[in-house]
Amino acid sequence: MSITTEPALQKTVEDAAAHLYVWSLKDIPQDLRDALRDASERETHPVGKRILETINTNVAVADERKNLVCQDTGLAVYYARVGERFPLHPARIEEGLREGTRRATLEHPLRSNTVHTLTREATGDNTGHRIPHIHWEFVPDWDGLDVKCVPKGSGSENMSFLKMLVPADGVKAIKRFVLDSIVGAGGKPCPPGIVGVGIGGSADLAMHLAKEAIARPVGTVNPDPEVAALEQDLFQLLNETGVGPMGLGGDTTVLSAHVEQAHTHITLNPVAVNYQCWAARRATAHIAADGSVEMDREA
Amino acid sequence: MAHHEIEFPTVEEAVRELRAGDTVTIQGHIIGIRDATQIRIFDRGQEPPMSLSGAALLHTAPNVRKLADGRYEPMCIGTTTSARMSRFTEALIRDHQVRAIIGKGGLLAEALEPLHEHGGVYFAIVGGAAALETTQIEEIEQVEWEDLMPECLWKFRVRDFGPLIVGMDTHGESLYENVQAEARRRLDESIYEKL
Repeated sequence: MSITTEPALQKTVEDAAAHLYVWSLKDIPQDLRDALRDASERETHPVGKRILETINTNVAVADERKNLVCQDTGLAVYYARVGERFPLHPARIEEGLREGTRRATLEHPLRSNTVHTLTREATGDNTGHRIPHIHWEFVPDWDGLDVKCVPKGSGSENMSFLKMLVPADGVKAIKRFVLDSIVGAGGKPCPPGIVGVGIGGSADLAMHLAKEAIARPVGTVNPDPEVAALEQDLFQLLNETGVGPMGLGGDTTVLSAHVEQAHTHITLNPVAVNYQCWAARRATAHIAADGSVEMDREA
Repeated sequence: MAHHEIEFPTVEEAVRELRAGDTVTIQGHIIGIRDATQIRIFDRGQEPPMSLSGAALLHTAPNVRKLADGRYEPMCIGTTTSARMSRFTEALIRDHQVRAIIGKGGLLAEALEPLHEHGGVYFAIVGGAAALETTQIEEIEQVEWEDLMPECLWKFRVRDFGPLIVGMDTHGESLYENVQAEARRRLDESIYEKL
């Protein structure tokens, strides 16, 4: 193993982030491509089918022209899994991700969306106070770092919902809230996409979990069988609503429903919904302690 | 479900023929507009520096590159969610004779009345399909209010722009409202019972 210095490793993280941000915007993962193709073949509603065919054409055009799949370059969100023996402190990892985001925006160039919430003044480089946002997970007995970049467009992010249900309402109320949220959102979040649901914890944790849920590949199942059954139920019920592609009617309202849960308080029953549009962009870098990097579109 | 090919700018009669569910391809010109552009026109009372008469407007904030001669080259042009800008519909059609608004997700139901009254339609584009949309834009011919970048007023010359679906027509019909009503009926009549 080669010996690498902390500045060199931080530069590696920065380069990886700069690459991931642009790459994820252009080259969507295979699980999503498969899900969109299957949906297009199954769809029986003529408008819905036309829309799904256009989406698939668009993915192919983005490949051919090496262009962005969607113009909304989003807010860059990163999911960092840090091994306890990875030889770079998370403070430096954060700095690398931030600088990589900035560089990608200015060098490509990418549209910058980041503004001050009150003055609406643009920063111009897709970074800002507490932006990009990073989800952290720390892994014992490991010396690696996984960084997943998930640029999230605003059309779908605007369709985020939280409700503090009461325990007596049970899982029935959770399902009803998800259904009402997705029907109410209609075509605004660019369906068919991935519905992320966070249940349990506190209000902030529920939304955090919903956001983790949308970053999972289509076809993955929660390891808890109770939660997996809820995912399957929601998937079927959501597709019975007929909202369809772009909210214009059809069989395909969602490609997948993902649920993440945490334990909660005896008097709490929180549910959060975060919608991920069909252009579910994500890309991952696996970074080893020696600074070697493996890029991964599928994680 | 008829298909129409329309050259924009166009006249009121042309859009009054369209029915919700029809598909449309646009030739000619469309004008890009967004939240900040319309806030300037209607809330700050500034006259737009290009004519909107007969126009098809596109809810967009494009990714562009500025060339040495001051012109802009399209990099990735896509469409944003329209509902946020619903309140501008009446003034756009009544005062500026806009004939079509292109966006995704639909305008709020309150826009149906001014679309009917003053003669305008809403075209649904496939949201997120920006790579394809960019290939249908031949040139950015004019840019005004560059200080609002990327929410300027953009004049695009387009070819075979679409597919677009008539989401809301001049006859009071909205595909979005129909789909919502049907979804709520399904929830009430069968889905809630399964929870």
